[in-house]
Amino acid sequence: MANSISEILGSAAAIAKGMSVTLKEMMSPTVTEDYPDAPAKFQERYRGVHVLQRDEAGLEKCVACFLCAAACPSNCIYIEADENTEKKRISGGERYASVYNIDYSRCIFCGFCVEACPTDAITHGHQFEIASYNTSTLIYRKEQMLVNIAPNVKAPALPVETTGGH
Amino acid sequence: MSETITEPELHHEPEAGSSRRMTLNMGPQHPSTHGVLRVVLELDGEFIEKATPEIGYLHTGIEKQCEALNWQQVITLTDRVDYLANLSNNLCYSLAVEKLLGLEIPPKAQWLRVLLAELTRINSHLVWLGTHALDMGAMTMFFLTFREREDLLRIFEMFSGQRLMTSYIRPGGLALDPPRGWEKPVKAFLADFPSKIDEYESLLNANPIWLRRTKGIGILPVEEMLEVGITGPLIRAAGIPMDARKMTPYSSYEKFDFKVPTATENDVFARYAVRMAEMRESLKIVQQALDGLPEGPTRADAHRVVLPEREKMKTQMEALIYHFKIVTEGIAVPEGEIYQVVESPRGELGYYVVSDGSAKPLRVHMRTPSFANLQGLPNLVEKRQISDSIAIMGSLDFVLGDCDR
Repeated sequence: MANSISEILGSAAAIAKGMSVTLKEMMSPTVTEDYPDAPAKFQERYRGVHVLQRDEAGLEKCVACFLCAAACPSNCIYIEADENTEKKRISGGERYASVYNIDYSRCIFCGFCVEACPTDAITHGHQFEIASYNTSTLIYRKEQMLVNIAPNVKAPALPVETTGGH
Repeated sequence: MSETITEPELHHEPEAGSSRRMTLNMGPQHPSTHGVLRVVLELDGEFIEKATPEIGYLHTGIEKQCEALNWQQVITLTDRVDYLANLSNNLCYSLAVEKLLGLEIPPKAQWLRVLLAELTRINSHLVWLGTHALDMGAMTMFFLTFREREDLLRIFEMFSGQRLMTSYIRPGGLALDPPRGWEKPVKAFLADFPSKIDEYESLLNANPIWLRRTKGIGILPVEEMLEVGITGPLIRAAGIPMDARKMTPYSSYEKFDFKVPTATENDVFARYAVRMAEMRESLKIVQQALDGLPEGPTRADAHRVVLPEREKMKTQMEALIYHFKIVTEGIAVPEGEIYQVVESPRGELGYYVVSDGSAKPLRVHMRTPSFANLQGLPNLVEKRQISDSIAIMGSLDFVLGDCDR
């Protein structure tokens, strides 16, 4: 008899303890994020979909040196280089990337390309929602990754040529 | 045509005196195997007569792949070996390559490596505690531990840019200087976490279900454990204070003051107790690393093998040339072989690296603790009930990516 009473009391104490945790958690602030209803939060260094940068004059920073492609462990960067001319100036350097593709079905977001880039042309953005039912849409072309020209900058002489990728 | 069709006999009555054996597949999709492990169980009723782990479902060929990438790029693969202890793997590979190169790592980088490795240990133990308790029916633990883990993942993201695939520790130092204001979340975590460990313990240490399912379960003689090469918290719970941080100190661990927690019971509960104590010790190490963080660079001064700082690369022609050479040609690691050990959250993690003097490793072999620890499973679960095998598997804390690589 005494045994079963102590067992009942012990169980009740255990339940009370569990409930006290529940109550405490009810009072404490929510730690979960509201994604997808609210935007996801990132740290500054988050490595998302790449962004190709422009310089102050609105020219592309990429000079087609192929360092990013060399540094890439998964071989997902494809570049074709072309010469800048007097009439058609795309980048600040001698050459520019006429084709710059990143295959996001292969990219592992390691950041080696960003580290390798000597002109800060390729950086990581915070975009990450690139899931697709069709892998061919995961090959991003230069135009999809290039930042828009800042509004206070006069646009470069000619529009960017689109060559359609490989 | 008239044929008499006899019903196939589906049910045999067991003969008197004989037991009915059943072969049962546990996994590869069983939730309690934490990954894709298949265990073929030969059962006599509820009791396990024989258990055969079948591994290889998560074989990724990482070791072979290492031979196709150059020395720096291999870091991205080490992230993916043990995906709960990425920084431990980064660290072990980096230390191995640095030894071959004969590099001296600046103290600040070493201290930060220790800090991150210990946070990784806590992170891994939190996942283990949450899932282990979840297997035993204590669902609350899972939510609690993952809440704290989120803080750690945020710190990793702050440092490296990714929550899991950090690639932050590199041969020659760290990938980047620590970010602005990194101390704040680390300090907040240090202040907050001890009370959280107390909370976990208050929920489990007196919980009768937890105690009955863990105490006296999963005992294996120490000799057998040593025979199959079990290391880490498992061997420490058997009373052997084996810890690579003390035995073969690396990355200045000898300068930190910490204890190696041990237990003698050698059961599932002892392994739990050891890991909880380890989290407390890790906090102490993180605190020391934070307090005594030396000033200075985070990369070794070796222009031929370590990428120059970005400022230098942009202003000095020579640095730019070396930057180009390192990225395009890779680094030449002197001929030789090395075996480097670190204490990963799961035990002794070793990288055996062979170089033929070229830009790519000739061979990278990983001695992973999960693989060795899993070898104890057949003997541990023999003659035990199926439900005990869940507790035992949980206490082994294996990661199948680490096991199959």
